[in-house]
Amino acid sequence: MGTFFTILIIAVFVNNFVVVQFLGICPFLGVSKKTNNALGMGIAVTLVMTITCLITYPIYEYILTPLGLEYLEIIVFIFVIAALVQMIERAIKKFSPALYQAMGIYLPLITTNCAVLGVAELVIDKAQMMSLLGITSMNLGVAVLYGLFAGVGFTVSIVIMSGLREKIDHLKMPGPMKGFPITMMAACFMAMGFYVFNMIG
Amino acid sequence: MTGKRFKTIAFDGLLKNNPTLRLVLGTCPTLALSTAAFNGIGMGLAVTFILICSNVLISLLRKTIPNAVRIPAFVIIIATFVTIVRMVLDKFIPSLYDSMGVYLPLIVVNCIILGRAESFASKNKVLDSACDGLFTGLGFTCALTLIGAVREILGAGAIFGYTLWDFKIEFFTSSAGAFFVYGLAIAIFNAVYSRIENIRRSKTFDLRIMPKPDVSAPDNLDPEASETAQANTTADVAAKEVK
Repeated sequence: MGTFFTILIIAVFVNNFVVVQFLGICPFLGVSKKTNNALGMGIAVTLVMTITCLITYPIYEYILTPLGLEYLEIIVFIFVIAALVQMIERAIKKFSPALYQAMGIYLPLITTNCAVLGVAELVIDKAQMMSLLGITSMNLGVAVLYGLFAGVGFTVSIVIMSGLREKIDHLKMPGPMKGFPITMMAACFMAMGFYVFNMIG
Repeated sequence: MTGKRFKTIAFDGLLKNNPTLRLVLGTCPTLALSTAAFNGIGMGLAVTFILICSNVLISLLRKTIPNAVRIPAFVIIIATFVTIVRMVLDKFIPSLYDSMGVYLPLIVVNCIILGRAESFASKNKVLDSACDGLFTGLGFTCALTLIGAVREILGAGAIFGYTLWDFKIEFFTSSAGAFFVYGLAIAIFNAVYSRIENIRRSKTFDLRIMPKPDVSAPDNLDPEASETAQANTTADVAAKEVK
């Protein structure tokens, strides 16, 4: 149970994927204009990240490492993610057309989202994960939980950002600051807020 | 390839369509690896190399790759080159390999490379594509090095690892500082770029309307009136230009 909360706090707040580790900045800037869209994107990313960890961790651990093929990890992972996103899209379309209406459009974007490949690459780096989470052994459960909570962290930050942007868009500001620069400034203040979580533990 | 075409590609890659400062692509490595100028150069050159190689290969295969599966094909090509670069860096520059960490494999999903493959290399000749890769990559490298240098000078009081003074503002090395410096860099670059564009445009239209007052001069003998007329035409053209 202790490990569960450690992973939750570290993945969602202390090492937030977006504002601390800079993974998944493209959707963070691109799909954060409206809160509804941001939430849909966040949930889709969380789903894909969790399932990606569930599949790529065993592939690396039980197939690539025994065969000495670790150097193929990038190619294998990107293939798995692309296939997975396609399959999830088909499955959602078949079983829940309403859900597909809500988040189907975000799914194709996720294949080239660095957060997904990033989490797959992070969880196989055992030494780093163990020192990050302060645990003695790494297993599939930890990997999947980390993927899940990293996705939750992504959702939290993208939803906060969309809330900020809905306000920012109505402000007066110098011309060159419009668009990306002012969004970056807002992200800067968000990052300062998240910096405080470093004091935990 | 003609000299004019070369110039256009170079200008597009470095300034007009600078991937980092104008198009805001590939933001993740920009924010994460601009803590020091040297990291910026390393990341930039790695991306430049991969960009040239993938652009050349994709341009060579542009008639062979079926349209329906082009994106997976591009991604596999890029992933292969990233794997090669990763192995080379691991062997020869381990310090850079360590500082790049997880962002090195993430070059695969860097939007700059896939974007150039999709929008340029899959439609153009090999030499053009190689040039485009080179200059887009250099534009990325310059921007990354510049942001890295600013953050290193202010945040660590050093440049390229050499200590300059004993004054540090830790904010600039933190993640908040990354967003701050990058945002300001985009704003300043856009402001300067649009100012230069305006000057260039006003120069060209000055040449276009200059003969006009001469033609109308015989009708207007009063010099003051002709001056106002000229001012009016300038304003009209300027208004049209703005529209």
